[in-house]
This record gives sequence, structure tokens and C-alpha cells, in this order.
Amino acid sequence: MTPEEFKKIGDAHRKKRKDFPNNINVCTAAGCVSLHSEKVKEALEGEVKKQEKHKTCRVSGTGCLGPCASGPLVSINDGQALYAGVTTDDVPEIVNNIDKNPVKRLVVPPDTPFFAHQKRVALEHCGKTDPESLNDYLAMDGYQALYDTLTTMSPLEVIEVMVNSGLRGRGGGGYPAGLKWSTVEKAVGEKKYVVCNADEGDPGAFMDRSMLESDPHSVLEGMAVAAYAVGASQGYVYIRGEYPLAIKRLRNAIRQAEKSNLLGKHICETPFSFDVDIRLGAGAFVCGEETALIASIEGHRGIPRPRPPYPAEYGLWGCPTLINNVETFANVTPIIRNGADFFAGIGTEKSKGTKVFALAGSIKNTGLIEVPMGISLREIVYDIGGGIIEGRKFKAVQTGGPSGGCIPEEYLDMPVDYESLAKAGSIMGSGGMIVMDETSCMVDVAKYFMDFCRTESCGKCVPCRVGTAQMHNILTNISRGQASMHELQLLEELCDVLKHTSLCGLGQTAANPVLSTIRFFRDEYIAHITHKTCPAGVCTIEPEKETVS
Amino acid sequence: MVVQEQKTGEKPKKDNRRKLVDATMRRHGHSSYALIETLHTVQEAYGYLDEENLKYVARALRVPLSKVYGVATFYHFFTLKPQGEHTTVICTGTACYIKGVPAIFKAIREHFDVEPGETTRDGQLSVLTARCIGSCGLAPAMVFDGEIAGLLKPGDVVERIGGLIGNHGEAIKR
Repeated sequence: MTPEEFKKIGDAHRKKRKDFPNNINVCTAAGCVSLHSEKVKEALEGEVKKQEKHKTCRVSGTGCLGPCASGPLVSINDGQALYAGVTTDDVPEIVNNIDKNPVKRLVVPPDTPFFAHQKRVALEHCGKTDPESLNDYLAMDGYQALYDTLTTMSPLEVIEVMVNSGLRGRGGGGYPAGLKWSTVEKAVGEKKYVVCNADEGDPGAFMDRSMLESDPHSVLEGMAVAAYAVGASQGYVYIRGEYPLAIKRLRNAIRQAEKSNLLGKHICETPFSFDVDIRLGAGAFVCGEETALIASIEGHRGIPRPRPPYPAEYGLWGCPTLINNVETFANVTPIIRNGADFFAGIGTEKSKGTKVFALAGSIKNTGLIEVPMGISLREIVYDIGGGIIEGRKFKAVQTGGPSGGCIPEEYLDMPVDYESLAKAGSIMGSGGMIVMDETSCMVDVAKYFMDFCRTESCGKCVPCRVGTAQMHNILTNISRGQASMHELQLLEELCDVLKHTSLCGLGQTAANPVLSTIRFFRDEYIAHITHKTCPAGVCTIEPEKETVS
Repeated sequence: MVVQEQKTGEKPKKDNRRKLVDATMRRHGHSSYALIETLHTVQEAYGYLDEENLKYVARALRVPLSKVYGVATFYHFFTLKPQGEHTTVICTGTACYIKGVPAIFKAIREHFDVEPGETTRDGQLSVLTARCIGSCGLAPAMVFDGEIAGLLKPGDVVERIGGLIGNHGEAIKR
């Protein structure tokens, strides 16, 4: 496509959208779909026809609108009003009031702190475009960044922009993206690959899923820019098999982009060619680790190998491979379009930009949020999240899934960035954030994560395979009130062994939930061990049967 | 996990389902790299990975059967057991866990006499677990025959499953 064609399609589509003075956008991301938003959409379409407003009002599906728990969500006239908890019974009233005042009882106040504290970069199109329409994306200047990159920038210039932006990998590790790109660019290889890691295995995280369901083209565009910068011609998206809707929309987006020559051979009539294929994950948490992911794409069991050599030099089929997370790629286009300074201007000194979090747990407003780095946890929990449900007391916020830790109340004013979270014994992770209240037992939570790591350990290295099983045994004993202080000490020793001797990230970080709960909630462990009680009332204490000697 | 023999009487219609599997392998040029993709297609077409198909895929992709078995058992998504008439998937992600999945497990166990990961004796209901289905905003969430439902209470779950298998939540007599 040429820039004229871009503009033509974009303009035509914008005009088409303008021809409708009113529009209704129904959230069709998985959260709202599971609350039957498709039925609401159907009913709205029927009602618009019935009230003969179909010439002035357009009904379309859109990506995630944010506060998932109060779905199904419906946005009126490009965000003029947001309705929550819409049922098919509300439909006639909504359509009737479309060009009048919004229906008061459904409306979410626009100045609600849930939105006021957010800043959208990676999610900029989320909830504004129809994820199944390429034209919608083009009307938002989509693929313009790719075109500009291909025609006006050299690969090294692209990398320079990425380095200057300060973007760090959003998958959890926080490795500077620009540096990674530059390593792959410098690596020598006949063929190079770009891989998008969408194997979102953390329980409690749904950012990647929402992004792919809401705005698949921006991820593809980011991948294409990356491929141009590092010199790759083939890309893979490794996505969880458990996300059927995201897979469907991504497939659809790839097909549309190929048809319009935005992927494939000679993109936009330049010498650059780039194909993207989907590889389905099959439910193995360890495949989020780079080398295990590569093994899985190659059709093997997902077992990691020692690094170095890093995938940047020796990756897929031995070729230099760039692996980045979905959110990292989604940030590329806004950075190219608005410049490195725009992105570097947000966030803290060492953690630039914004971060998408999946907010869940015992909190009023659960959902998908994007906040500038450096925001305090308190703002996220109490302002955006609206505080704890049912007037209960806050206990901890869990970040980073099974590799992260539980952060207690005294750290709530800490800024959210890579370094501060690490200092508090947790990690940024990919963005799952689960708030726990006084009814959660920290020993039980540690046991839950250890059970997860135990089943997800691939079994290659001994510390992880045996260590996680032993730690789970000890935690089970503690939770039943059958352990002694000696076992608590043993548990801490095992944490140390696992951390320093495991082969890959899974084992090295598996101890984090245990370590952080022991550090901040030692009294709960002691209550289980010496007082044989569970302060939260979760664990079933079964004191040891007295044995007759 | 034991590879179950295909039950007689429900032999696959050779024509269509096998064709889907062949098409996937052809698309990837019968390369051994396509193993996982092919197994996905087999499971989609047949509902589970049966021994006959594992052997067929191994032969067609020229991969040792031991490796095919290794891959099939490594990944949780693949199942080597036939599923019941109806399936429910319980999300065991962190958010669902702290919001009451253990109580849902208990209710299912009490009402339908089936453990997570198992199928009822009459083959009516399979109860599966998932690490996380990504609907954490609606925790606790479950999938009933492919339909996701969120914000569930143990009572709702019993009712939903009862509706699926047609006994309307009455406890199965043991």
C-alpha cells in the first residue's frame, strides 16, 4: 500500500463513521462476552432497526473497556457515556435516549477515579476500535508507523529510538528492549526470527489476552517494526491454546494484513518482507521461559536449556531470535509515532512509560488498567480499584504471579517500578495484581503457589523438581498445624537452594511467594506452628494424632 | 496417564476427522516441528488423543512414538482420556482461588460424586481444571460446555451443572 491509499482508506472510514452522528460500542472482549455482551449487542442492533435509527446510529463491537467486573459494558457516542451492567431489558431505553441525556441508572460517572488515574499508551486503541476491522485500525493512523519506519528510517535508527525510549521488557524480567533488539541486530545468522510471547501462564493475569482480543493489529505492527529493525523475515506469535477468542481475532488480523500487503512479501512496496504465523501453546507455564518457548515452537516438550547462549544469538533452530512480550510489542507503535521522548517522559528514572495491570481479587473495580510507572500501590488499590469489597481489611497485594511475592500494607505507598518491587521481595512480572483481604491466609496462599510450581516444574533440574515438592509438603504440614519450627527453618533453607541452583526462571523465582510471606507475615506461620490456629480461618488444622509409644 | 483404548462402537468416521489432521500436517510440510500443532487438531477433532491417532501422527511425521507420547503428556492442554458428554472447566487461578474455588470443588464433590480431573461413572460429566482462564476480573470463573461464566457461588455451579446433565442439582444417590 502507498501512503495515498492509506490516507484514502482512513479518510473514507472516518467519513463513514462520521455519517453516523450516534454510535454504540459494545465490549466484546472475553470478560464481557462471558457476561453475554454478544446478546446485548444483538438486541441493540435489533432495537436500533426497530426504532428506525439505523441510519443515524451505528452499533459495533469493541475491545476491552476496562472495568470487567461491572460488565457487560457499553460505550455511547465515542465515550460520551459508559454504561455498566447492561442487560437486554435496558436496550430499548438506551436506544431511545441515544441522542438525549444518558440513562442515569446505568451510567458510570466519567470522572470516576478508575479512569482518572490511568494513562493509556499500549491500550490506546483498546475500547475505541473494532478489533475485527482493519479499516477501524487504519482510521486511527494504524500501520502509519510501520510505513514511516520502512520508508524513512534505517534499522539502526529504529533501534536508537527504542534505546532512547527506555522501554523495558514487559514480560517480567524488565530487560531493556532496545538493548535486546540491538543484540539481535548485531548477531550473525542466515535467518532471524521475531517471536511474540503470548503464553500468559501466570494465574491471575489477563493483560496479553485482553490486548490481543482488543487490538491485535497494534501487536502485529509492533512485530513488523521489530523485524525490520533486527533484520528478521519470519515471526511467530506463541499464544495459549486456552484463549480461543484471542486466537480467532489474531488469525483474522493476520489474514487482513496479508491481504492489504501490510504483512507478507514486499510490504508497502518496499523490499522488506515479513510473515507471521501462530503457534499454539498447550498449557505449560514453563513455556513462558524463552528457551522453553523455543523448544515448544520447534515441536518438543517445553524444557529450558542453560543460557548463554541467549536466544538473541542462538534461538529458534539455532538462529538469532528476538523474543518480546505482547505488551512490549504493543508499546512499539506509539513510541515510533510519538517519538522516544514522549515515552521517556512518562514514569520514573529507571522505569519509563506505562504498565498494564490486570487488577483482580478482593477489590471493588476489577479489570484491565494502564498506569504510569511510579504510581503508588495505594492509588491502584484504593483509587482505581475502589478499595476492598464488603468493608473488609486490606492484607496484601500479590504481584508477579508464582514468581512474585505478597506486598503488605506498610509498602502501599511505594512507587510501582521494577526496582522498588524487587526491593519489597516481589517482581513486576507481566502485570497480574491480586488484592487479598483479611480472609486470605498467607500460608495457604504460599501453599497454593508452591502447588502450582510443583505441578508446572518441567522436571529437568533436580532443585526445582524435588525442591518444590518438598516445600509443598512442608507448607501442607504447616497449614495443618503439624509442623515444628525446625521445618520452618528447613523451608527457608530450601528457598535459598532453589533460588541459587535452579536452571531457569521458574525454579529461581519459585521461592518468592514463600520468602515474601515468611518475611512479612511470619506471625501467621508461627500461629499455625505453635498455636495450631489459622488466624484467617482458612486452613483446617488437624493436630497430629497422639501416638502411643 | 494411561493411553485408553478406543471404545468399540464409536469408531471415528474415517473420512472427515482424519482429513483435518492430514490437512494440518500438509500445511506444515509433514515436518516434525508440526507435532504440537497436529496434536491440537487431533484433540479438536476427536475430543482427546487416542492411541490410534498418536501412532498415526508418529508415523506420518516420522517422529518416535515415545516422543509423541512425551509431548502429549507434558502439556496440560492435551488429554488422553475421552471426555464425558458435558464438560466443565474450573479455573484455579489465584484470583479464583482466593475468591472461593475450594468451596466450589467441595460442592461438586458432594453433589456429583466426582473429583476434579475425572469423569462421572455414567460418562455424563467431566470436571476439569485450568490454571487460569484469564477471566480474573470475574473470579471465580468456570467454563460450562464452552461457555464462560463468572462471579459464581457454589450453589450456582451445582444448578448450572444440574441443568447441563439434566438432574437439576439433585444429589446423586451414592
